Amino acid sequence: MNKVIKIENGTKQGVLNFLEHLITTDKISGVLTLRKINEKGICDYGFISDAKELKFADPFAPVMPINAAQTLSSLTPTTKPIAAIIKPCELRGFVERVKRVQGSMKNVLLISYTCGGVLPLNTFQGDGSEKIIADYYNAISKGETPGSIRPTCKACEYFVPMMADITIPLLGNSESESECSLIMNSEFAIQISKEFQCEIITSELDSKIIDKVLAVRISEKEKLYNKTKVTKDGLDELVNIFGKCVGCHGCSRVCPICYCVMCDFESHNFDYNIEIFETELEQKGALRLPPDTVFFQIGRLAHMSFSCVGCGQCEDVCPANIPVATIFKKVGEATAGLFDYIPGKDLEEAIPVMIFKEEEFEEIGK
Amino acid sequence: MSDWQPKILAILCNWCSYAGADLAGVSRLQYPPNIRVVRIPCSGRVDPLFIMKAFQTGYDGVLVSGCHPGDCHYLSGNYFARRKFAVIKPLMEFIGLEPDRLQFSWVSAGEGERFSEVVTKVTKDIQKIGPITKMVKGV
Ligand code: SF4
Ligand code: SF4
Repeated sequence: MNKVIKIENGTKQGVLNFLEHLITTDKISGVLTLRKINEKGICDYGFISDAKELKFADPFAPVMPINAAQTLSSLTPTTKPIAAIIKPCELRGFVERVKRVQGSMKNVLLISYTCGGVLPLNTFQGDGSEKIIADYYNAISKGETPGSIRPTCKACEYFVPMMADITIPLLGNSESESECSLIMNSEFAIQISKEFQCEIITSELDSKIIDKVLAVRISEKEKLYNKTKVTKDGLDELVNIFGKCVGCHGCSRVCPICYCVMCDFESHNFDYNIEIFETELEQKGALRLPPDTVFFQIGRLAHMSFSCVGCGQCEDVCPANIPVATIFKKVGEATAGLFDYIPGKDLEEAIPVMIFKEEEFEEIGK
Repeated sequence: MSDWQPKILAILCNWCSYAGADLAGVSRLQYPPNIRVVRIPCSGRVDPLFIMKAFQTGYDGVLVSGCHPGDCHYLSGNYFARRKFAVIKPLMEFIGLEPDRLQFSWVSAGEGERFSEVVTKVTKDIQKIGPITKMVKGV
């Protein structure tokens, strides 16, 4: 059971009231949140420091213009406390980045919510989006899975935030139009909200709703893997799937885990000069051009799949419609699974390849 | 195809396995001539990409060898290496490469004989699997 702040207002408005209080009483210097850019429903992430600007905030908008883990790590460490309302997978991405010393949790009030998934960018901003978004909210208030969300969202088991200071029940919350609960998970959250005038109760997330959604998500995941044919066929299939890749590297640019300023694959290490061409052609007789497009993905899988949070951003931005995220999620389960590792679950849990135990994998090298 | 000989990349750590290979040579121990040796400071330096690149370039097998657990010249490099190797195996399965194309061994500077045994075994294993076809042309 946790301390819960109850606000007599719809969930969105209640959260904004709470943030307004934190900003005007100088508890935080501002908040990172999704906000509306204009009437057409287009959203971006913004950092709001003036409480008046909060009217544009749309913290629960079902869209991921970028994975907020990237922005949040560029905002931290901060000298003054800030707040951030982000989705559970963005929060996990942020934790993974902090583990890589690409940001800091210090002074950040992390607010997240039980997530119904996001719409693909084009759906959220496209024609008829108003109706789709209305249907979306309707479905998630009943704890259903909206048909319009990203494939990896439908298959996501981690829709309950981990490592959040404050959790907001949104998914399956039929009262979200009329009431707002903020579940306090940390001492930091309790301290910072001390002066906020409100009713305080003790409560927790409704486990019945969580279990119901989880069962659906797990069965959707199997369906997705089967459909994408990533279950067994191996490289022939991988070559086919990535055959359309244009080599733009957009998938790694938007990935919260791929933080390297200079990706090895964009360095001169992967330049093909005439000697390399000639040597490779001599060996093989033919060469895919541009070279290394599939190899790029194999490299990323080897380097970071165990930290993939399955956010689906890579898949959404891929101009060739390749199910990148589904593949990464699937392989990530296998690689992270070796160490019972759940990316972004716990800051104290080291990245699997950064630690070792003396007694493990003893069959290797035998 | 009977005269086909596998080409195997052997990535050996400077302090143990490379010295072990040297000892095998000095002691005139026999082992198959299929390996091409790359010397690295420590097995912990092996990026999974090195291994994948070798397959992509057409090597039929890769052998990575370092100091025995506990004997690393840099104390723990081989333990880190072991974790990375563990990650590569499911990845190889996923992309459809026979996991046995990649082998690890721990060979110390004094184990010339073990080195020749390891190379013999690895060569035999990869001979059995056959030439690499996946990962070569379309990747
Ligand atoms: S975003 Fe798509 S097309 Fe671009 S590199 Fe990634 S997989 Fe290839
Ligand atoms: S690989 Fe794709 S799904 Fe996984 S964390 Fe990166 S952007 Fe998200």
